[in-house]
Amino acid sequence: MAIEARIPTILRSYTDGAKAVEGSGATLADLFVDLDSRHAGIRERLVDGDGALQRFVNVYLNDEDVRFLGGAETPLSDGDVVTILPAVAGG
Amino acid sequence: MLKISEELRDQIVAHARRDHPDEACGVLAGPVGTGRPERFIPMLNAARSPTFYEFDSMEQLRVWREMDDRDEEPVVIYHSHTATEAHPSRTDIKLASEPGAHYVLVSTRDPDETEFRSFRIVDGEVEEEPVLIEDDVLGDRH
Repeated sequence: MAIEARIPTILRSYTDGAKAVEGSGATLADLFVDLDSRHAGIRERLVDGDGALQRFVNVYLNDEDVRFLGGAETPLSDGDVVTILPAVAGG
Repeated sequence: MLKISEELRDQIVAHARRDHPDEACGVLAGPVGTGRPERFIPMLNAARSPTFYEFDSMEQLRVWREMDDRDEEPVVIYHSHTATEAHPSRTDIKLASEPGAHYVLVSTRDPDETEFRSFRIVDGEVEEEPVLIEDDVLGDRH
């Protein structure tokens, strides 16, 4: 199942500079495991030790914030586009 | 060094004053690779807080896609401090995630005088940089 993952500037050190990479997985969590198998280290930037999404990383499935869908357990389909953006936040 | 037009500087300050005592935040977009801020994009502070700011995630997706379509990038990311100096807080440094951006801090703690400063934040390291206000950017090219 081919999913396109769009990678933000700050995580492109894991993808040899690529803005988008292909991956596969039945859920977002599976996709992150798959991406980590070729781009080692990227998964821990996206999810915490319990597998939940990091608080200050936004992940979108097509046009939706996955927090409003199923979080890391959001199911994926062939042709989906997953966009990752670091949250812009501070104090 | 951050070069910025007087008009963009004034728009940031006006936004910060308008949202005081909550923190205001936003982006100046510019053509990729030029480092030149050109387009003022005020963002909602989803936290609506005097001590914290966070872009609304859906608005951020829309704005980031629009920049992509226009071959732009976030040249400046700005926010205000409403009771403290215009310097990145520990939280600002920890969460900074655009190593290529100028982080502009505005302080509205004084009702009459606005502090306006710019920083680079890369890998947890903060470096202040000079700000050059250009009152006639186009005129400089003649």
